[in-house]
Amino acid sequence: MSDEHHHQELGFIQKYVFSVDHKVIGIQYAVTSLIFLLFGFTLMMVMRAQLAYPNGDFGIIGKIFGRGVESGVMLPEFYNMLGAMHGTVMIFLGVVPLAVGGFGNYVLPLQIGAPDMAFPKLNMASYWSFLVGGIIMIASFFTPEGPAQSGWTSYPPLSDINPGQTIWLLGMVFLITSSLLGSVNFIVTTIQLRAEGLSFFRLPFFVWAQLVTSFLLLLAFPPLEAAAVLQLMDRLAGTSFFLPSGLVVGGNMLDVAGGGNPLLWQHLFWFLAHPEVYVLILPAMGIVSEIIANNTRKPLWGYKSLVYATVFLGFMSFIVWAHHMFLTGMGSTMSNFFQTTTMIISVPSVVILTALIISLWGASIRFTVPMLFALAFLPMFAIGGLTGLPLGLAASDIHLHDTYYVIGHFHYVVAPGTIMALFAGIYYWYPKATGRFMNKLLGHMHFWGTFIFMNGVFMPMFLQGMAGVSRRLYDQTGYLHGEAVQDLTIASSWSAWLLGVAQIPFIINFFLSIKAGKKTDNNPWQATTLEWSAPSPPPHGNFLTEPVVYRGPYEYSVPGASEDFSPQINKNA
Amino acid sequence: MAADYGWWMPPDISTHGHGIDGLISALHWFMAVLFVGWGIFFTYCLVRFRVGRTPRATYELPKGKMSKYAEVVVVLFEVFLLLGMSIPAWDEIKNDMPDEENAFKVRVVAEQYAWNIHYPGPDGVFGTTAPELIDSENLIGLDPDDPDGSDDFVAINQLHVPVGETVLLQLSSKDVIHSFWIPVLRVKQDVIPGMVFPMWFTTKPDTNGTYQMACAQLCGNNHYKMYGDVVVETQEKFDEWYAYMTEDDDGEEEEDE
Repeated sequence: MSDEHHHQELGFIQKYVFSVDHKVIGIQYAVTSLIFLLFGFTLMMVMRAQLAYPNGDFGIIGKIFGRGVESGVMLPEFYNMLGAMHGTVMIFLGVVPLAVGGFGNYVLPLQIGAPDMAFPKLNMASYWSFLVGGIIMIASFFTPEGPAQSGWTSYPPLSDINPGQTIWLLGMVFLITSSLLGSVNFIVTTIQLRAEGLSFFRLPFFVWAQLVTSFLLLLAFPPLEAAAVLQLMDRLAGTSFFLPSGLVVGGNMLDVAGGGNPLLWQHLFWFLAHPEVYVLILPAMGIVSEIIANNTRKPLWGYKSLVYATVFLGFMSFIVWAHHMFLTGMGSTMSNFFQTTTMIISVPSVVILTALIISLWGASIRFTVPMLFALAFLPMFAIGGLTGLPLGLAASDIHLHDTYYVIGHFHYVVAPGTIMALFAGIYYWYPKATGRFMNKLLGHMHFWGTFIFMNGVFMPMFLQGMAGVSRRLYDQTGYLHGEAVQDLTIASSWSAWLLGVAQIPFIINFFLSIKAGKKTDNNPWQATTLEWSAPSPPPHGNFLTEPVVYRGPYEYSVPGASEDFSPQINKNA
Repeated sequence: MAADYGWWMPPDISTHGHGIDGLISALHWFMAVLFVGWGIFFTYCLVRFRVGRTPRATYELPKGKMSKYAEVVVVLFEVFLLLGMSIPAWDEIKNDMPDEENAFKVRVVAEQYAWNIHYPGPDGVFGTTAPELIDSENLIGLDPDDPDGSDDFVAINQLHVPVGETVLLQLSSKDVIHSFWIPVLRVKQDVIPGMVFPMWFTTKPDTNGTYQMACAQLCGNNHYKMYGDVVVETQEKFDEWYAYMTEDDDGEEEEDE
C-alpha cells in the first residue's frame, strides 16, 4: 500500500469537496439526498393542500409558487408538475442515492475491510454526475416551460407533447450515468477488496443486499437510458419512436412521421422500474438485518436463506415488469406469465420477512432508537408487500390499477418501509461517522411521530383505492365515489403535514449532535462487523492495521465467549 | 337511482364482476390472516424477549418447522388464487367476447379531455372514420360519403345502454393514453393511441341508474375532469333516447334525400 500517499495532508477542497475518499463521498451523497428528500416531501405537502381542500385559497403562501398559483388557487398543470417531480425527486434523487450512494459508499468498504472503493475517482465522478442531474431537475422549476408534468413514468405520447419533459430527460441521463458508475464500482469492490478470511458467506447481509442491488442497477438502467434518448429524439429531432400515425391533438393533426408505438416506452421503462423497486427495498433490508442482529444479541435466523432469497429476488425482478401493464390490452398468454412470475417473486419476500421476524425468538432485545425504526420496518414492509398481491393478479388489478390503492401499496414499501430503514441506518452508523451519538429523546420523538403519521398518510389510501379513486387527480370531488371518501383525503393530508412536523426533531438532532452529541468509542453498539473495529470516525484509508476475518458476521452471545459479542476480527471468541 | 358509494368497493352492477370482487375479498382475508399471524408472533417476541426479561440471548437458533409449513401454506394459497380465481376471471373477461350479432355495439373515442361515444345508429353499422377528417364539427372524423355513417351519432360523455343487454365496446384514442373505467361495472382498459381495444360488459337486471365513467390514466391538465355519465335504462327509455339522438343529428340530411 502506498502509505505516504494516504497520509499526505490534503487541502480543504480536496478533502471535503472533490474528495475521492469513500466516506466523504458517502456523506456527500447522504446529505445531498436528505435535502432532496425534504424537498420532494415538501412538494407533496403542497399537493396535499389542493387534494384536501380543492381550489382552496393559498393566500399569501401562494406567492411562493409564482405561475403555479393563480389568484391564490393552484392550477392543474402545477399540480401535475408537483406530482411528476415528487416521484422523480423521491426515487432518483432521494431514496436510491441515500440507500446506495450514501449507506453503500460509507458502510460497504468498511464492512469488507477495504481501505476504499476499488475506483475512488469513478466514485467521485458518480457523485458529481448525480449532483448535476439533481440540480438540472430542481432548476427545471425555474425554466420558462417549468418542470416535467407527465408523471414520473413519463408515458408517451403525453410526455412527447407536454412541456418540461426535455429537461427532465437530460437530468435523467446524468442520474442514470451516476448510477451506472456507482454500481460497477460496488461490484468490483465487493468481489476484489474483501479482507483476508472474509469469504462470501461471512459477508454481512448488508453487503449482499448492496451487491445484488448493484447488479440490478447495472443491468436495468441501460434500457431506460436508451429509452430516454429515444424520447429526447422524439421531442427534439422529429422522430416517432413512441408516436403512432394519425394523432389528433386539440383538433389538429400532429405533424409527425408516425409509425411508432407508445407501448414500447412502457416496456423499456418498467424493465428498469420494476428492478428499481428492489433497488429501493434491498438496501433497506440490509440495514434492518444489521440492526436486528445487533440489537437482538444473537445471530440472524436463516442467514443463508436470506442470501439465496435476495439473489433469487434479484433474478426474478427482471421478469415481472409487465405486471404494471396488465391493462394495456394484454391477452391471456402474457398476463398468465407475468401473474405467475409475480406470485413467484412474492415467495422470497415472504422468506426474508419471516427470517427477520423469527430472528427475534430467543433474543435479548434492546430497544435502541435504530432498533425501533428497524422493528417498525417489518410490519410496514409486510403491509406494502401483501397489498402488492391484489395488484399482481391480473383480475383484481382491473379494479385497483391506477387507483390510490397502488399509491398506498408502493408507498408502504418505500416510505414507511424503506425510509424507516434509512432512518434506522442513520441513527445506527452516525456514531461511526461522527464519533458521537444522536440524542435519544429527540430520536424517540422522531420515531413515534414518523411511525404514527406515516400510517395516517398511507392507510386511508387503500380505502380510497377500493372506492375507485384514480391516482393523479387534481380534484377527486367531481367523482361521486371520490366525494364519498373526501374525508379520508383530508385525514391523509393532515397526517402528511404532521409528518412534516415530526421531522423537525430529526433535523435538529442531525446537526446538533455533530458537536453536542455524547462521545462514543469505536464500537458503541458492541457490534461484530468490521466497520466497528475502525476508529470513529475512520481516517482516510479506514483501518489502522489491515483487518483479518476469523468468523461469520453475527456471532452474538456465543456460548463460552467472554462477552456477548465476538467481533469478526477477533481471533479468539 | 344513485349508487351507494362509501369507504369500500362501489356496488357491482355487472354480470362478470363477481370474479373480480371475489378475488379481491379472498385476497384481503388472506392478507389479514397472514398479517395478524405475523403480528401476534412479532408482538409476543417483543414482549417476551425484551432485554429486561431476557438479559442474555440464546445463541442456538430455533429449529421448529413452523415457518416452513407456513411458507408452504402461503405458496399453496397463492397458487389457488392464481389458478383458481385470477386466471379464470381474466379468461372470462378477455376470451369470452360476446358475439357481435347479439351485442349492442358502441365505439368510444377518447381525447383530451372527453369521451366521444360513437353510436352506429338504427342500421347498427359504423361509418368509416379517418383522422384527417376530424374538426370541431366532426369530432371523430366520420366520412360524410359513407352511407353507413349517415345515421351515426356522437354523444359526448354520454354512454347510454339498455339494462341487461350485453354491450360490446371498441375503444380508441385520438391523442394520448387514457384509461376507460366504469367502477360499478368493474371494467377498466388503457386506451393507447394507434390501437383499438375491445371491451364488453352486461348489466345485471334492475340496475337502472346513472353512474359515472372515469379516466384512470394521467392524460394532461384536465385529466381530473374527464368523467361522464353511464346511463343504464329500460329498453323503452333507451329506444326513445336513441331515436331522438338519431333525428337530432341527421334530420337535415334525410330531408335532402
